[in-house]
Amino acid sequence: MSRSWNWDAVWDFMPYFWDGLLLTLQALLFGTLLAFSLGLVWAIALRGPRWVAWPVIGVTEFVRNTPLLIQLFFLFFVIPDLPGGPTLSPLVAGSIGLGLHYSTYTMEVYRAGIEGVPAGQWEAARALSLPMGHTWRAVILPQAFRRTVPALGNYVIAMLKETPLISTIGLTELLLTAREYGVQSFNFMEPITVVGVAFIVIAYPASLLIRVLERRLATY
Amino acid sequence: MNTPNDTPAGAAGEAGSTGGRSPGEDLITFTDVTKRFGDNVVLDDLCFGVEANKHVTLIGPSGSGKTTILRLLMTLAKPDEGTIEVDGEYLTHERKNGKLVPAGEAHNRAVRKKIGMVFQQFNLFPNMRVLRNVTEAPVHVLGMEKDEAEERARGLIELVGLTEHLDKYPTQLSGGQQQRVAIARALAMRPKVLLLDEVTSALDPELVAGVLDVLRDIARSTDITMVCVTHEMSFARDISQKVLMFDQGKIVESGSPDKIFNDPDHERTREFLSSVH
Repeated sequence: MSRSWNWDAVWDFMPYFWDGLLLTLQALLFGTLLAFSLGLVWAIALRGPRWVAWPVIGVTEFVRNTPLLIQLFFLFFVIPDLPGGPTLSPLVAGSIGLGLHYSTYTMEVYRAGIEGVPAGQWEAARALSLPMGHTWRAVILPQAFRRTVPALGNYVIAMLKETPLISTIGLTELLLTAREYGVQSFNFMEPITVVGVAFIVIAYPASLLIRVLERRLATY
Repeated sequence: MNTPNDTPAGAAGEAGSTGGRSPGEDLITFTDVTKRFGDNVVLDDLCFGVEANKHVTLIGPSGSGKTTILRLLMTLAKPDEGTIEVDGEYLTHERKNGKLVPAGEAHNRAVRKKIGMVFQQFNLFPNMRVLRNVTEAPVHVLGMEKDEAEERARGLIELVGLTEHLDKYPTQLSGGQQQRVAIARALAMRPKVLLLDEVTSALDPELVAGVLDVLRDIARSTDITMVCVTHEMSFARDISQKVLMFDQGKIVESGSPDKIFNDPDHERTREFLSSVH
């Protein structure tokens, strides 16, 4: 049984769409902030003494090699059952899951960026007696970041495309909004299509922007 | 902005002092220093001293250990055996209860502050403008006020002839200009010892003269002790009071530039000099 495209259903869906979009972008924003900051912590810890670096390698390998979906379920369903475990809202659990998972990828991006800073920069900083913390902040990281921006941007887009996973723990982000609308109105075609288009409308210009940044930041 | 203190000579003159050390006393002392990389002995039981206020040039074929000496002095590498003293303090070791023990980071940083280094590849911070390259360490290491640091930095940048490039980034400068900024950056820390590691080797030939002129000026107008590794024999002859000829991790001979360049005692030195001339 076929049916034709119904614009009325689109307009009818839009108010829900905006609510879903807001939650998707919130999860993406918090997830990104966590992935960017935690990934940097991992990357710096990797250069620390063994007793710091090895546990970090263990944790990040574990997180990277298990499915994000299981991590989301763990955060949302398992943690509240642990002694003293807090109950997390879908948005909080989803953002943490997304951010933690992707921090293990951004870590590699930072690591490559840091390793790309010539050894002479460390030596010059040492020759000037700059303290270690200041060397990281003022010399190494600003140079490393230039190299990392494009790759980090690509992971933001990847995270955007993973946000529908968070619907499995009850966050009514874009896809779940569309599904709920469909169940309720028996119109799936329009809301699912609108949501699909929304993803490309966000992701494609973002990836173009990243390409521009990549060219701008390529050299000093 | 030209107060008497800001003239090039004044700006350089306040950098580095001998701290009460009388001329003729050794500011740098290597005692039985051995450095190996794997099975390769780079420095072999080396003993030598550098007097305060003197300029010493290390020459010798590549791989003879000259650059390693500078890296040990800058604590970019550690000796496997032996000790190095700078201005009365041990590098990488400190005295505790009359015994020599491996030094903590605080001790190392304190000693390292007395030593400045200019690198073959300049190693300027590309994310900072010229002025900030020169003020960064005085502000964050010596705790100097930003205004004062900038004032002094301007003087030093003038000394190296780059006043019109203050606000540029290093990559906007030629190699020779970058190296002159690197010299100003090292001087800004008022080092007692300045290490020069083949500072003209990475430069196009026409840019070498400008850098050497600046270094000659500094050698004449300051009392900074200099240790340079160079292939510029004319420069070595020009600024140094003493030349050490290295081969295979040992000092073959040492003496005044006149002696080493005109009338060396050793065949090995003669061979080496004829190969670079």
